[in-house]
Amino acid sequence: MPVLASFICGLIFGAGLLISGMTDPQKVLGFLDLFGAWDATLAFVMAGAVAVTASGFAIARRRAAPTFSARFLWPDRNDIDAPLVGGAILFGIGWGLAGICPGPALVNLAGLSLPIVVFVVAMLAGMIGQNLLGKNLWRPRTMAPRAAETASLPSRADG
Amino acid sequence: MHDFTPISGFAGGALIGLAAALLMLLTGRIAGVTGIVGGLLQPDTADRGWRIAFIAGLIAAPLIAALFGAPLPRPEMNASLVVIAIAGLLVGFGTRMGNGCTSGHGVCGFARLSGRSIVATFIFMTAAIATVAIARHVIGG
Repeated sequence: MPVLASFICGLIFGAGLLISGMTDPQKVLGFLDLFGAWDATLAFVMAGAVAVTASGFAIARRRAAPTFSARFLWPDRNDIDAPLVGGAILFGIGWGLAGICPGPALVNLAGLSLPIVVFVVAMLAGMIGQNLLGKNLWRPRTMAPRAAETASLPSRADG
Repeated sequence: MHDFTPISGFAGGALIGLAAALLMLLTGRIAGVTGIVGGLLQPDTADRGWRIAFIAGLIAAPLIAALFGAPLPRPEMNASLVVIAIAGLLVGFGTRMGNGCTSGHGVCGFARLSGRSIVATFIFMTAAIATVAIARHVIGG
């Protein structure tokens, strides 16, 4: 059941990206082009998404457990560290170059156009590269045991 | 070239929010595409089923729409394949390093009023706006 629920959520999420225009990189770049012919649509996408998500999360906070699993895995970090800032800068540059972020990249993969396939392969390579390098680059040696201890908690990730 | 479409934008956004809300209410998970995909690419991840299912749902959405006559998404991308590959690498590496993207930090993080996510979203939006400004108005202009 959790797997079926997850598939349906992915389907709704994908439909939302398609309807909103987020899967069109030209539309996304039009929003990011503050100093050109600015298209404010994406602000409305974010507003709709955040409003409904926040309402759903408020309902979830009042429940003891999710319907199909043992507990809610709320992210539990509040610190603003170098990887958060550095990662956001690198992601922003990539997003600005192509107009595609991870969700729309996967939805667009269905059309199998060459630029999208190139983008997704590179994106997965970047993720694998960060998975392999990230710990050594950004976590001091002395923190390694603590990091290993908490790494199994999925709630450490933000999203 | 592209029109301002606030109504379809808001409606599509509400669907994205519905999916994020349902994923939490039903499975207890945050709908962050980076975390879902990135976890799948790590050898020690035990919970693969729901991750694969969510990604399959994302890819199935346009395929189901195609059954009803919608064209498959073949987006117009003007950058060269080299630039697109560099962009993909930066998006993949950066989102994993920063623990989230537009969905995890931007949508779910804002909905939780997470300080980390609000800071991350502000930074990646600023970096993206600066990149487009340089590409279109400094180099391209």
